[in-house]
Amino acid sequence: MKKAVVFLTLVLFLATSGLAMGGDVLKIATEGAYRPFNYVKPDGSLSGLDVEIARALAAEMGLDKDDYELVIQEWDGMIPGLLARKFDVIVASMSITDKRKEAVAFTEPYYYETGSFVAKEGADLEISKQGLKGKTVGVQTATTWARYLEGVYADVVDIKFYDSVQNHNLDLKAGRLDAVLATSFYMSSWLESEEGQGCEIVGEPVSNPNYIGEGVAIALRKGETELKEDLNAALDAIIADGTHKKIARKYFPVDIYPYEK
Amino acid sequence: MDFALMLNSIPDLLRGSILTFELVGLSMLFGMLMAMPLSLLRVSKRIWCLAPAYGYIFFFRGTPLLVQIFLVYYGLSQFAWIKESIMWPILREPYWCAIIAFTLNTTAYTGEILRGAIQAIPHGQIEAAQSVGMSRIMLLRRIIAPQALVIALPGYSNELILLLKGSALASTITLLELTGITRKIIAETYKPFELFILAACMYVVITFILTRIFNWVEHRFTAYRRPPELMEDQEGIPDNI
Repeated sequence: MKKAVVFLTLVLFLATSGLAMGGDVLKIATEGAYRPFNYVKPDGSLSGLDVEIARALAAEMGLDKDDYELVIQEWDGMIPGLLARKFDVIVASMSITDKRKEAVAFTEPYYYETGSFVAKEGADLEISKQGLKGKTVGVQTATTWARYLEGVYADVVDIKFYDSVQNHNLDLKAGRLDAVLATSFYMSSWLESEEGQGCEIVGEPVSNPNYIGEGVAIALRKGETELKEDLNAALDAIIADGTHKKIARKYFPVDIYPYEK
Repeated sequence: MDFALMLNSIPDLLRGSILTFELVGLSMLFGMLMAMPLSLLRVSKRIWCLAPAYGYIFFFRGTPLLVQIFLVYYGLSQFAWIKESIMWPILREPYWCAIIAFTLNTTAYTGEILRGAIQAIPHGQIEAAQSVGMSRIMLLRRIIAPQALVIALPGYSNELILLLKGSALASTITLLELTGITRKIIAETYKPFELFILAACMYVVITFILTRIFNWVEHRFTAYRRPPELMEDQEGIPDNI
């Protein structure tokens, strides 16, 4: 019995590893259901920020179209699938967390969930301790951004806490607030909506890792140091040559990565 | 139970209570000043006096306080002409918006309490006053007002307690009064039970103080209703008379 189990495991292992290794094709998994990061277009092809970043990285690593393959994997089977060698990397907006780090390795982050200060157009606000002195800034209570404002600006800014993002946006429009701070992704879509007209993002996105966490990165199996180094090098390259920013700008009007680091 | 957290939160909650006091105190003052003329309009027999007063009371008693606060705070700020008016420096502040909403609300209730009190005065007294030639103002000042205000006291203290508890709604428009500051600390510590129970205790203490004050005032102004032998010893009256 014991022998049979060992044998079966061995067969399975060889079979699955054989699948991934077959022809040395790099298999990149994504979810395809997380617009605008990764999604399936009506014609069946994959698109989104993750997908374009993955393609750019592959190109940077010198992989031809035949050398890599994008596969769709449901979210809950993502890490098990990676560990079972059904694919080699995950580019699916996966946040780095301690729990996941126990199971997989991560590259450097390729984007951060950032916060954006939004003010009325022409408010001429400078996002600094000096520029925000005596200003009133609205934020949703108990969020990353509330902690950030309290941690960094509490001594100079009058912070107003709201139960929802919608309500502080209303007060920004009403002129009770000089600025609000919230998730960039939300604020950029709000600015494109009718209610957001007349307001704009001011200053650089907030991406302080002490408050925001470690960011979103590509996951791969532990021990594949070479692949990890290649991916990190490619990531550095596409950030340095502006490809990353060009892709990100197609989806978000704000920076989702601190390029000036 | 995190007693250390409760103990540490007391200064913050006390600071919140001061704002609660301010909101309730100012609204109560403005509300009383507005409720007196309102109640007179309400008991008038002229339709153009009665109808607006009746409509006002009907609206503010018929809608939730939260809706009234939102109407004043978020509603008014929607209009550009209000934001350009001289009222904006006041309407801009959540503090004054809360006081305006509370005042409008409590005016309606207090007006109705006073209406009942005025109508409780025996009609014979008014006829008697008129028969000795008192003017309407004098009738109001000497006969109606002193009695109606005393009759209204129990109902009014009730209204104040309701206003005190209603003031918790000011937390929805960013004011960090007692409830607001409690919610904020909970958002940071994830300890709702400890903090809400502490806030509840503070509301109870404030309510207790309010009721004691009203009991004292009521006692003071209803001396005429008590038989003399039941009058308690009062300071300044020597025992040996």
